[in-house]
Amino acid sequence: MADKDFRVFVLSHFWLAFGAFGLACVMGFYQVLERSGFIEAIQSPQVYFASVSTHGVLMGFVLTTFFIMGFGYLVATTSLKMPIWNPKLAWAGFGIAVFGTVMAAIQLLLGKASVLYTFYPPVQASVFFYLGATLLVVGSWFWAAIMVVMFVQWKKAHPGETVPLPMFANTANAMLWLWTSAGVAMEVVFQLVPWTLGWIDTVDVGLARTLFSWTLHPIVYFWLIPAYIALYCLVPQAAGGKLFSHDLARIAFILLLVFGLPIGFHHLYMDPEQGKGFKMIHGIGTFLVALPTLMTGFTVIASLEKAGRDAGGQGLFGWIGTLRWSNPMVLSAILAFLMLIAGGFGGIVNASYAMNAMVHNTAWVPGHFHLIFGGTTVIMYFAVAYAVWPRLTGKALISGSLPLVQLWSWFIGMIILSTPWHILGLLGQPRRISSVVYNSLLTLAWDPYELAMIIGGAVLLGSAMLFLHILAKSQKRGEPVTEQAAEIHYAESEHPVVRMPALLNGFGFWNLVILALMLANFGYPILQFFLIKTYGSTGWGY
Amino acid sequence: MSNDDNQHDFPDEAHALKGSSDHLHIDPLEKKWIYVALGLIGVFVATILYTAFAKHVHPPGEMETIDSARLHLSEEFAEDNLGVVTQADGSVKVTLVAARYGFYPREIRIPAGQPITFRIASADVLHGIHVPMTNMATMVVPGYVSTVTTTFPKPGEYPMLCNEYCGMGHDHMWSKVTVVSRESWQAGNTQTQGR
Ligand code: HEM
Ligand SMILES: [Cu+2]
Ligand SMILES: [Cu+2]
Repeated sequence: MADKDFRVFVLSHFWLAFGAFGLACVMGFYQVLERSGFIEAIQSPQVYFASVSTHGVLMGFVLTTFFIMGFGYLVATTSLKMPIWNPKLAWAGFGIAVFGTVMAAIQLLLGKASVLYTFYPPVQASVFFYLGATLLVVGSWFWAAIMVVMFVQWKKAHPGETVPLPMFANTANAMLWLWTSAGVAMEVVFQLVPWTLGWIDTVDVGLARTLFSWTLHPIVYFWLIPAYIALYCLVPQAAGGKLFSHDLARIAFILLLVFGLPIGFHHLYMDPEQGKGFKMIHGIGTFLVALPTLMTGFTVIASLEKAGRDAGGQGLFGWIGTLRWSNPMVLSAILAFLMLIAGGFGGIVNASYAMNAMVHNTAWVPGHFHLIFGGTTVIMYFAVAYAVWPRLTGKALISGSLPLVQLWSWFIGMIILSTPWHILGLLGQPRRISSVVYNSLLTLAWDPYELAMIIGGAVLLGSAMLFLHILAKSQKRGEPVTEQAAEIHYAESEHPVVRMPALLNGFGFWNLVILALMLANFGYPILQFFLIKTYGSTGWGY
Repeated sequence: MSNDDNQHDFPDEAHALKGSSDHLHIDPLEKKWIYVALGLIGVFVATILYTAFAKHVHPPGEMETIDSARLHLSEEFAEDNLGVVTQADGSVKVTLVAARYGFYPREIRIPAGQPITFRIASADVLHGIHVPMTNMATMVVPGYVSTVTTTFPKPGEYPMLCNEYCGMGHDHMWSKVTVVSRESWQAGNTQTQGR
């Protein structure tokens, strides 16, 4: 692929991702308004649940998948310094994913798929929704395969050499995604599609939920790893420093890959169809996978500290002041960490085998994942977009300060939105309700928090529109930049990178470990549905 | 390609490559942090194990199946058998059916300060049950029976609400729980028995 075609290719991914994001933000704002019940005229469960289903799919599946694919292609070509393997296949994957997205989106917007982004049978959506979602995933498998092939080709051409960290992490994410998506793919292909088409009368809801939980946890690492790639490989460079610990970074990515997968049952703590023993094992695994995140926090903060001290910062905290707060990448990293710390505490509550009962399916949960997914992860997506835009468009950003305004407002809006959302959860408000009709004094205390959420939502919507404006305007009217000036630079390591042991330079062995862990943690829990007599459910409207 | 070839191609890296493969660079401070992190994780895991095994705090998970399409034919979940029952040993059992859009029976009265066992089955789709500000929570999955045992510390009126999307009437799916003090519960019970 010539460079120009390549840029169009990656930009297509990014614009699809960010277009979906913009649309979903408009819906998000409508949702906070509707659910508050303050405006009688817009009250409608039909519209609300169609909207939440669309918003969830656009944010959780469309924004993420297309962003990750685009960024992945960029990382592969720039860090390996080789062109995309098989551009036709890459375009085909993109085309299939777009086709699937459009197909699913039509059903969602028509209100024929108001089953939320988690599907949850036995409420049943139009078959085109399930097929569309499947095609989106199939398209992303093309991407994953291309990443793996490029990884292998590079290693063949450079025997004994260490695969650059960004590509190592990127390939870990491709592998992770292949493993992750297998759960929901089985649910859709063997259960939901045949059932919706009437080939089978019933589905076992317990099995469906178990397969979905296989996907539901590691998918968050699929979303998060690009943010971690930016934190490890782009942030230290942007801060004027170096990566503090290259070797442990590789270990962190492997830990995410291996231990992120076999722990999905923390989504089923409250479910009757799985036993306490397996829930506890998955629960312990959930805490283990905090390790790579804690390691990431340390390494990235250490890299920032060194950069801050090199810039003259002194004393215990003086280095914080001398950081490049006016660099979008550095600013995003700082704000992302602040949200990650707050969200991490919340996550401990959710993950707790016992404490989960208190917050399960309350408003706490969307409060939590907006903070950590919509906050930490997405703010790093913004930072990446700003960083690579000149490389992709050949134009400089139109302004140095607008991106900072945008990032700050996203952070502030997210705090205003998610703090009251958490509190509402503790006050007992369930998630996914379009109005409050419980005839109980309890609910009177909810109103002020609903108001705060509307304000947070408005700030976020403004910030999202500013983001799109900066990207579009820069692409059209930015000052042209030379290719050299737009080059993407990955952070150098503080210590020279020596030859890595094979285990830290490839995934063969780790895939076997994952296979063993998945068999141990999901083997019997899935098999049991075929060993005992279970009762399936016919499809229900909504 | 052997190391020697590499030395030739990349003189800068020659030094680093020599004898240093398989030798990872881990900063001493970072090593300490990893121990701290592992210690933290250990504390969390130990807490979970302690509450589970010493205090018997577990989430639900009995893996008991039932035909949700034929609840009315099951002994336990037939309409006449739903509601609150004080058993011979004085323990209280509540049998509920979750169906769009309510938990049946729609109003129940139970005592505070003693363990209550709930048995719940769905007659249609997925539901969730939650009594805010208490530990009474479980998913209700069609095809399976949910069992939860919990104690309500404080008397009062509580909504028992559905917390899993189940259709357009989901917002309206709730029932009323009246938790009464133990004294008035016992007084009430002797009255009924005396009648
Ligand atoms: C303008 C900013 C946003 C606002 C105001 C907003 C608001 C909302 C609201 C009100 C809901 C419905 C929750 C419920 O009914 O319980 C929701 C759902 C959801 N949001 Fe957002 N959101 C925003 C941005 C985001 C972002 C950036 C992400 C992630 C990238 C995100 C991911 C999701 C997901 C996955 C759901 C589905 C949750 C479910 O099905 O329970 N949102 N959002
Ligand atoms: Cu999870
Ligand atoms: Cu419901």
